[in-house]
Formats: sequence, C-alpha cells, structure tokens
Amino acid sequence: MNKVMEEKTNKKVNQRTAKPEVKKERIKKEKTNSIIEVNDLNLWYGSDQALYEVSMEVPEKQVTAIIGPSGCGKSTFLKTLNRMVEMVPIVKTSGSIKYRDQEIFSSKYKEEYLRTKVGMVFQKPNPFPKSVYDNVAYGPRIHGIKKKEVLDQIVEKSLKGAAIWDELKDRLNENAYGLSGGQQQRVCIARALAVEPDVILMDEPTSALDPISTAKVEELVQELKEKYSIIIVTHNMQQAARISDKTAFFLNGELIEFADTDNLFQNPHDKRTEDYITGRFG
Amino acid sequence: MLGQNEQNIKKRMEGRVAINKVLMVLFGMATAVGLVFLVLLFYRVLTQGIGYLSLDYILNFPAPYPEEAGIYAGLIGSVFLMIIVAIFAVIIGVATAIYLEEYAPKNKFTEFIRVNIQNLAGVPSIVFGLLGLTFFVYMFNFGYTLIAGGLTMALLILPVIVVAAQEAVRSVPAEIKEASYGMGASKWQTIARVILPAAIPGILTGAIIALSRAIGETAPLIIVGAATAIYTLPESLLAKYTVMPIQIYNWTGRPQEEWQYVAGAGIIVLLAVLLLMNSIAVLIRNKYQRRL
Repeated sequence: MNKVMEEKTNKKVNQRTAKPEVKKERIKKEKTNSIIEVNDLNLWYGSDQALYEVSMEVPEKQVTAIIGPSGCGKSTFLKTLNRMVEMVPIVKTSGSIKYRDQEIFSSKYKEEYLRTKVGMVFQKPNPFPKSVYDNVAYGPRIHGIKKKEVLDQIVEKSLKGAAIWDELKDRLNENAYGLSGGQQQRVCIARALAVEPDVILMDEPTSALDPISTAKVEELVQELKEKYSIIIVTHNMQQAARISDKTAFFLNGELIEFADTDNLFQNPHDKRTEDYITGRFG
Repeated sequence: MLGQNEQNIKKRMEGRVAINKVLMVLFGMATAVGLVFLVLLFYRVLTQGIGYLSLDYILNFPAPYPEEAGIYAGLIGSVFLMIIVAIFAVIIGVATAIYLEEYAPKNKFTEFIRVNIQNLAGVPSIVFGLLGLTFFVYMFNFGYTLIAGGLTMALLILPVIVVAAQEAVRSVPAEIKEASYGMGASKWQTIARVILPAAIPGILTGAIIALSRAIGETAPLIIVGAATAIYTLPESLLAKYTVMPIQIYNWTGRPQEEWQYVAGAGIIVLLAVLLLMNSIAVLIRNKYQRRL
C-alpha cells in the first residue's frame, strides 16, 4: 500500500468514527488475485463491539470458508462485505473494505451497485411469494431488463447454473413456496446468479436443509467457484474442510487465523484454532 | 401408596374438567348475547322496512309522502362520498404508512408520531366534523359541498387506514426484503415489487373496513352540512349532497309512524351496501392470499 492510499484510508477511518484507529503493521502477503481486501475493520452494534480489527484478503475464484462458534461475528462480517449489516440502524463501522480496489464505505460508492456485484444467499431459503420464473427474473428486472427473450435466457442460464433447471424446467410458473427447502435454496442461488455477480456470500446456506439437499448445495458450490468467488459462513467444520480452499477462524469478533484450509485443519498455528477444530469448545 | 396417589389425581382431574365445562358455557353465553341482539336488530329492521323496500324506493328522491319517498339521493351521495374518501384516505394513508415503516428514522420522534396516529383513530367523529367545518367549509371556502364532506370523512378514517397499512407493511417478512436488497434493489424498488404486493391484502382489508365505518357515519356530516332533503344528484364536487345515514336520521325524526318504516327500508339498503363492501374485502383478501 502506498503512502497516498494509506492517508486516504486513514482519513476515511476518521470520518466514520469519532475515535481514530491506530493502524497496525500488517504482515505483507503476496497479492495473488485478491478480490476483496479488508483492513482493520471494526464494527459496533450500538455500544457493543462485534468485530475487532479484522484484516483479510479474499482470493478470487476460490471458496473461502468462515468458521467459528455462535456469536463470534462471522455472519456480521459476511454481511459487512455487501453492507447488508447496515440494515440494522445502530451499526457503526470503521476501517476499510475494498472490492476490486474500490473502497465500499466511500460515500460515492453506491450500496445498490455493490450488492449487484457481491450477491448473497441467506441462511433460511427466502424465495419471494412468486413463481420460480419471477423469482429468478427479479434481479434482472430491477436492473431494467424487460425483454421476454432476454429474461427467458437469463432464467434458464441461472437455473442451470444452480443445477436445478432439469428439476424445475416444467414448473417455472409454480409458486416457489411450494418447492422443498433444498429446491428453494437452489432457486435462491439461481436468483443470486441471475444478477451476474462477481462474489457470492453464503450465510450458512445449508443449515436449514436435509443431508441430501446439503450435499447438492455443496456440490454446487464446487461448480460455482469456476466462475465466482465464494465466501461461505458455516457452522459445520466438516463442511468447511470439504468445500473450501481457504478458511478463516473467528472468535469473539476477532479473526484468529486465516490460512489454506488443509493447513488450518491439519496444522493450526493458534492454540484457540486448534481447540476449536478439535472440538474442545464451540 | 401408588393407588392413593392415582385417586388424588383423578379427584383433581374431575375438578379441572368441570371448570372447563362451566367456562365453555359462560363463553358460549357471552357470544349468544351479541348474536341475540344482532338477530333482534335484523328482525326489527326487516319487518319494519321490508314493506317499503322496492325498486321505486331505491330510485326515488325524497318526497313529502311516505309512499313516494326514496333513498336514491342518499345512496348515490354515499357512493360519491365514498369514492372521494377512498381516493384521498387510501393514497395518503398508505404513503404515510410506508414512510413511517420504511423511510422514517427509528427514533423517539417517529415513535411519538406513531402512537399519536393510533390515538387519533380513537378521537370522536364529531371532533373531525368540527375540524372539517373550520378548514374545508370556511377556510377553503368549499361551503356545504360534497368535497368538504368527502375530505372531512377522509380525515376521519385516515388514522385507521394508516394503522392498518402500517401493520400490513410491518408483517412482510424481513427475509424477503433482505433478498431484494441483497440483489441491489433500491428501497423504492423493494417497496413497489416486494413489500406492497405482500401487504396489499392487509391494506385493502383495512381500507374497506375503514370505509364501512365512514359510510355509516352521521355526526361529522351533519356538522359539515350534508343536506337533509335534496331532489337532485350531486353534479360536481362543489354540489350539495346527502348520504344514507343522514336521510335515515331525518326520517326517524318525523312524528308519523309510516316514516319509521321508510327509515327501516333505508337501513336495509345501508346494511346491504355495507355487506357488499365487506364481501369485496373478503374476496380481495382470499384472491391475494391464494397467490401467496
């Protein structure tokens, strides 16, 4: 990071919070295609601090898993990446998050634009009470696509991308509420894909699903990383080990360890990481 | 030992079951009180009014003789009034509810406004009549006209519609709002495409129930000068008008017995319109709920 950039970042920190944060020296990592860079991120819900000085670089076109016990801030962190966390009015943040080298907390940066690039799949399948087609076409429509043929193509491509086209191609006009939980979640993934995002955030996407649906979603995640960068919060360490390339371990709002998944699970550097993955707590 | 224990339980159980039965009867009787009076009301109105109810009655203007009198002016006046009330009250009410629920900052001031709108819903209707007299009749110089009456009634039911619409908007699940925002939708897009479609059954039900209240209101319209006897239909917003409840009120005040029956027929028409409106509310609700 050069001087000018650093000054800018500091200025931003000062603008966003009353107390200026002292920048910590970070270990220089080789910059291999990181798509999101988080620097010294702090977050408060009112007066409760939920994230402390989180810094990490999310690699492009890989699966990054975020693990940690309940209440460790992993979902909060995920929702900060597309600024959904600001839906809670009392949230304050400081620090910097750069998506493709652009500061997402900048006042000029539109959160609507960010969210078209950084899509999200939620913990509970949350389709709209509309048909499968209208669910998937929702994103393209809000971004101004009206032509039926174009929408048809997007819907088909997205449902294929979410590996659910074959199951649903004859049921496009059915209400999405009538689908099984696993199908609903894959429709939600298709819906996220239809906006053609760059990054997909997944907040425990399988926690409400049965084992078979879970396996399907996990398989899908593997296919999706060809085209998308995926960040997945999971409660399930086996899942993180199975599907992710990199894993971040959060505890009490701090990022304890962030490494290649194999390394983190087989050779954790931090005692707390080791305790957690060996099941001593959490 | 065990046997005795079991007997104790049995004994106490008999008591519990008995209490349950007594309460069931009491609650049933409470329901019956309401039902009995409703049946009596229907019986009285029907027996008194049915003799005077005919197509002529519906299509006649008021007349000096009971046999020739009709409710046409009141019926059409009520319909016109309701159209004005619906347009103003629903548009302003829903917009207010959306602002309060989705845009307004969540602070003490917003909460203060919210509580006071609820209080406003309980203000006696005659107070709204005085408000309408001051503002619409005199200050805006509308006089005793249809628009003055309509706006007064719109104000009267506005709080009810705001509260109903707020509840409908609030009951839209946060998950589907998040889904919309998560794809880069703006607030307005989310409101127009997700929140309002999901809230419409609740909003319409609330609006129609509020309108049903307005169609039976008499007091505020007497104050803002609805006419008691009128022989033309209102031809513009600035025309004189009357409504069914006022017409009925006027008839009941006359000494001859026949007018009571004429009034009874009027009540039947009013109840029929009310029933029609409520059925529409139920139909709309069912239609949209099936789509969910």
